[in-house]
Amino acid sequence: MKDDLVLRVKELNVEMEGETVINNLSFELKKGDAVTIIGPNGAGKTVLLKTLLGLLPYKGEISWKENIRIGYVPQRLPFIKDIPLSVKDFLRLKKPSEKELEETLNSVGFKQNLLDKKTGDLSSGQFQRLLIAWSLIKDPQVLLFDEPTTGIDIEGEETVYRLLERLKESRELTVLLVTHDLSVVYTFSNNVICLNRQPVCQGLPQEVLTPKNLEKLYGEEVKYYRHKH
Amino acid sequence: MSSLLLSLTVGTFVGGVAAYLGTLMLSRKMALVAGPLGHLTLPGIALALVYGFDISLGAFPFVILGIVLIWLFELKTKLPMEALTAVIFASGVAIAFLFLPIGQAEAALVGDISTVSLLDSIISVVLMALVFLTIMKIYPTMTLVNVSEDLAKSQGINVKKYNFLYLLLIAIVVALGVKVVGSLLTAALVAIPACSTRNLSRNMIQYVFGAIVFGVVSSFSGILLSEFSGFPAGPLIILVNAVIFLTSTTLKR
Repeated sequence: MKDDLVLRVKELNVEMEGETVINNLSFELKKGDAVTIIGPNGAGKTVLLKTLLGLLPYKGEISWKENIRIGYVPQRLPFIKDIPLSVKDFLRLKKPSEKELEETLNSVGFKQNLLDKKTGDLSSGQFQRLLIAWSLIKDPQVLLFDEPTTGIDIEGEETVYRLLERLKESRELTVLLVTHDLSVVYTFSNNVICLNRQPVCQGLPQEVLTPKNLEKLYGEEVKYYRHKH
Repeated sequence: MSSLLLSLTVGTFVGGVAAYLGTLMLSRKMALVAGPLGHLTLPGIALALVYGFDISLGAFPFVILGIVLIWLFELKTKLPMEALTAVIFASGVAIAFLFLPIGQAEAALVGDISTVSLLDSIISVVLMALVFLTIMKIYPTMTLVNVSEDLAKSQGINVKKYNFLYLLLIAIVVALGVKVVGSLLTAALVAIPACSTRNLSRNMIQYVFGAIVFGVVSSFSGILLSEFSGFPAGPLIILVNAVIFLTSTTLKR
């Protein structure tokens, strides 16, 4: 594998209960890339991230750079509300040193008064930050980020995407981001994969997100695309 | 050593450890699983009573059998686990009543800790200590599995291995629990302390510590009350637990 190559996916096929969820997807991730994945609900975006993490069986090739450290931000954790875990309790499950715990919490902008709060009582924006903090423990080189379908709250001075951008710079992260927000695709990523069970388009957002491709990806309903200036 | 002291020792150990394990089971919405498994021990208890050997010894293989059957049927039928436990435990109870000596049914159903022997007590206490240490060791990992199996797997955790160990711990606790509170009430021994403490806790330490304290206190006072009132200890332990639960509900934060 070439030096700057982090991940190579070739002719990836994923089946679940006899149904094809990802059909013949190939792409590469280079060091420092910010790649977004877009597509309608049920298009296989979350399945793709889980497959890349080795959580699901697949056919085809997934090769990660050797000894790469991957951080994963899941879409949501519905069961966590059933467990009395404070913010600190939860992050300690990943066994960080106290120093790392503190640094991580600082880097996602968590104030001291939130540390002892129950995770179930956090706002959705705070919870998102908590999940990002989780993914940053153990110093990952790659971040797989699954955005919740409900979108992300805008709260405080820094949006989650600004935070991601900042973390990407300061930690030299390579990011693969599932999103529902087309504006994020333009501002954040250098590459986009349009997925609707099979790849619909791939490449630079400005080039491949044409009205025609978006219509193909989402059907008739999409009204948001960037006008050419 | 007086028999009261022995039953108090065994009771508090089993009560505390069952409550500790119960916090994990509640986190996973599995608190009631101990119920069917407890019922399923009835044929084993019946055998133990007929042939005069230790109740827990009779119960244990049946709990294991129950867990294996539930696991197999789930794999085969894809029916929800709670529905399968209903199938399994009812069958267990039905079989037991074919040959359970009716004069001793009470001991099987609500337990009888008052006659525990010294050897029994030592074995129970040692087993419970081992279970306690094992739970302590796997607690953080199991909590992560309870939060999200995907997240646990992405950390390289062998979830199947931990699940197996966890089920084994449940089996041991249920087998010893039936001796204290009987097959009908074992679920409560596991579930109620965890429910009470969840009402009151905001973090892991409060949750776990609270459950153990409630488990120990309820078993201890239930057995003492039994000594003075003449009622069986099992139901009294559970009633003390119920009172603690009701109090915790009014104090819920």
